[in-house]
Amino acid sequence: MSDILEVHNLAKSYGDFKAVKGITFGIADGEIFSLLGPNGAGKTTTISMLSTLFAPTSGDASIGGHSVTQDPMAVRRIIGVVPQDLALYEDLTGRENLTFWGNMYGLGGAALKARVSEVLEQVGLTDKGNQRVKTYSGGMKRRVNIGVGLLHKPRLLFMDEPTVGIDPQSRRAILDTVKDLNRQGMSVLYTTHYMEEAQELSHRIGIIDHGELIALGSLQELTRSIGELETLRLHVAEDAEAARLAAALQSLPGVTRVDTTDHQAVLMTPDAEEVLPAAVSKANEISIKIRSIDIEEPNLEAVFLNLTGRALRD
Amino acid sequence: MKKLFTIGWKDLLLALRDRAALILMFVAPLALTLGLGLVTGRFSGQDNNGLRDIPVVLVNQDDGQLGIALVNVFTSPEVGTLVKPISDTDAAVARKRVDDDKVAAAVIIPAGYSASVIPAANLANGIPSGDKKIEIYVNPAQPVSAGVIRTIVDEFIARVQVGRVSGLIVITQLIENGLLKPADATVYAQGLTDRLDAPTQSTITVRSISDTGTPPPTFDVLSVLAPGMALLFLMYTVTRGGATLLTERDNGTLARMLISPTGAAQIIGGKVIGIFLTAVVQVAVLIIGSGLLFNLHWGDPIGVVALVLAVAASATGWGMVIAAIARTPAIVGSLGAAAMLMFGVLGGSFGDNFPLPDWLLTVGKITPNAWGIKGFARLAAGGTFADVAPNVIALCIMGVALFAISVWLFRRNGFIKQ
Ligand SMILES: Nc1ncnc2c1ncn2[C@@H]1O[C@H](COP(=O)(O)OP(=O)(O)OP(=O)(O)O)[C@@H](O)[C@H]1O
Ligand SMILES: [Mg+2]
Repeated sequence: MSDILEVHNLAKSYGDFKAVKGITFGIADGEIFSLLGPNGAGKTTTISMLSTLFAPTSGDASIGGHSVTQDPMAVRRIIGVVPQDLALYEDLTGRENLTFWGNMYGLGGAALKARVSEVLEQVGLTDKGNQRVKTYSGGMKRRVNIGVGLLHKPRLLFMDEPTVGIDPQSRRAILDTVKDLNRQGMSVLYTTHYMEEAQELSHRIGIIDHGELIALGSLQELTRSIGELETLRLHVAEDAEAARLAAALQSLPGVTRVDTTDHQAVLMTPDAEEVLPAAVSKANEISIKIRSIDIEEPNLEAVFLNLTGRALRD
Repeated sequence: MKKLFTIGWKDLLLALRDRAALILMFVAPLALTLGLGLVTGRFSGQDNNGLRDIPVVLVNQDDGQLGIALVNVFTSPEVGTLVKPISDTDAAVARKRVDDDKVAAAVIIPAGYSASVIPAANLANGIPSGDKKIEIYVNPAQPVSAGVIRTIVDEFIARVQVGRVSGLIVITQLIENGLLKPADATVYAQGLTDRLDAPTQSTITVRSISDTGTPPPTFDVLSVLAPGMALLFLMYTVTRGGATLLTERDNGTLARMLISPTGAAQIIGGKVIGIFLTAVVQVAVLIIGSGLLFNLHWGDPIGVVALVLAVAASATGWGMVIAAIARTPAIVGSLGAAAMLMFGVLGGSFGDNFPLPDWLLTVGKITPNAWGIKGFARLAAGGTFADVAPNVIALCIMGVALFAISVWLFRRNGFIKQ
C-alpha cells in the first residue's frame, strides 16, 4: 500500500511554546486515519501545516508525492479541507457558497453547477440550498462546511473536529458521509476528541497529546498495547471521597492502576467483574457510598488514561 | 484573473445584502442631499440658500453709469449681507485673488463698457457697438458662491436688456439734455433694443481659472450637495470593504481561500476589486438616483463616468490603507467613521462655505472628496472630460499610491506573508 501522506518530524512553535513537537506518521491510500487528542493537543496546528496554511517550524510532509513546504500549490489541488470553525459566508445561500468555493478550486460552468447539486445531495441539503446560510441550524452549517471540502473531489480530505457542538442526528449523518466517501476511495485525516468517533471510523489512530504522538496503530493494536484493560468507574458524591476511595483501592489485587476524575475513582483492570465485589466492600469499610458503577470494555479512553493519567475530555 | 472577479463579485453581493450597508450607502446620502437642499432653499425657490458674506472683488474700469450701477447693485440693500464686495482697480490683482482662493469671483467691468452699451454724448458716434463685456472670473473651488455672484450679474444684465437701467433712462436723459430729438427717440430705442435683445452672453463673459467654462444654463446648489454627500458616504463604503479583509481573516474564510489553489496576490486583488466595484455601484446609483429624484443634471457623461471610476479608485485606496492600519474590524469601523467626517469637512462635502483656513484646504487635497466634488461641480456647470482630466489623473495617482502603501503596511504587520 502506497502512502498518500507522509509526515516527517513535523514541528511548530509559537515563540517558545511548542504546539507540535516533531510528529511522524503516514496515511495509506484509501485509509481513514484519526488524530485523537484533547483540547490544545495540537490537532488543528498539524492540519494547518499539512494543508499549507502556514509553514512548519521544522520537518516536512509530502502529500501525493508533493512537499507541503516546497510545492504547496500542487498539494492544495489534491487535498480538501473541512476546518474546525465554520468558514462560510452567512449572507450567501448554501448553493452560492458552494459555487464560490468551487470557483476558488478552478471549477466553473455547467460542470460546477452539476457538482454543486451533487454535493448538496450528498450532505442532505438539496431542499435548503437556496436559503441563506445564516438561516441554517448549526448541524446544517457544518454540513455545508463539509460540502465545500468535497467539491473538487480531493484524494485526501482533512476533517478537523467536524462534529463538535451538533445534534446526534447531524453527527450520525456526518459519520456516515465520511464512511461513504471513504468507500468511494477518498483517504481521510479525521481529528476528534471523541474516542467513539475514532473507534467507529478509523482504520488507524494516532493519539496526540501536548504536541506529541504518544500512540499509533489500529484500535486493536492500541487496546492490546495496554493489556486489554477494562475500566471500572465508581461514582461517588464528591472529589474528596473519590480520592480517599482511590487510595484505598490502590492495593486491591488485580488492579493495574487507579485514577480519579470528576467524582469518580477509575480502576484499570484485566477483569472488571472479578474486581468489582472486592472494590464495593472496600468502599463500605471506609463508609463511602457508591452512587453508580460503570464497566467499560477495553477502549481508547483507557489507552489514553493509561498513557497520560488523564481523561480525554478534561 | 477570473478568480479576482469571483472574489470581487462575491463581496459586492455581500455588501448589497447587508441592510445596514444599504442604508448608509444609498438611503443616507440621498436623504441628506434632500435635507440640505431644503435648508438651502433649492426646493422653495427662495434666494436664501444659507449663504452670506460671499467675498467678491469688483474692478470697475468703466467711467460710465452702468459700471457704477453694477457696483451699486452689489452694495444695495437688496443684496444685503449675501455678498461682501471689495474694490480693486487692477484686473490682474483681482484675478490673482481668485486664483489664491481668497474670493469666490472677480467681476471686472471693462473701460468703456457703458459707452459700448449706451449711446455716447455725441450722437455722431452712432449706435453703440456693444463689444465690451463684463468679465466674471469664477473660482471653481467655490462653485456655490461663484454661482451666486454670476446670478447677481445676470440679473443686472437682464435689467439692462429690458431697458430699466439703460434704455429708457438713458434715452430720457439724452432728451432732457437736448442731445436727442424726441422724434428720433423711437428709432434710437429700437436700435438699442435690437442689440440688447441678443443673449446675455453677449454682454458678459464668464471665465473660470482655466478659462474654459461656458456659463451654466442655471445654477443648482444640489449639483454640489449631491456629489458632496455621495463622496462622504463613499468613504463609509470603502472602509466597510476594507474591514471585510479583517472579518474574513477572523471568520476563517481568508484561510480557506489561502489553502485553495489561489495565490495570495489574487486574493488581495480580488478584495480590492470587490471594494472598487461596490464603490462604483454606490456612486452610480446615487448619480442616477439624484438625477431622477431631484432632476439634477450631472453633465458630460464621459466626464462623469471617468470621474466616478477615478473617485472609486482613490477611495478604495483609502479603504485598504485604513484596513491595514487597524487590527480589528471594529477599529476599522471607528477609524472609518472618523475619516469619513474628517474628509467630508476637509474635502468640501458640506459645501465650500465651511470656514477653513488655507492650510487645511491644502491638507484637504489628500481627500477623494476635494478632487471629486470640484470635478463633478465642473461637469454640472457644463465642463467636459478635458476639464476634469486633472482631477481624474490626481485621483488615479492617489488610488495607486494608497494601494501600494496598504500592501507595504499589510506586509509589515504580517497580514500578507511572503
Ligand atoms: N497562533 C497561536 N499562537 C500561540 N499559541 C497557539 C496558536 N495557535 C495555537 N496555539 C496553541 O497551540 C496549542 C495547540 O493548539 P491546537 O489548536 O492545534 O489544538 P487542538 O488539538 O486543535 O485543540 P482543540 O481540540 O481545542 O481544537 C494550544 O495550546 C494552543 O493554545
Ligand atoms: Mg483544533
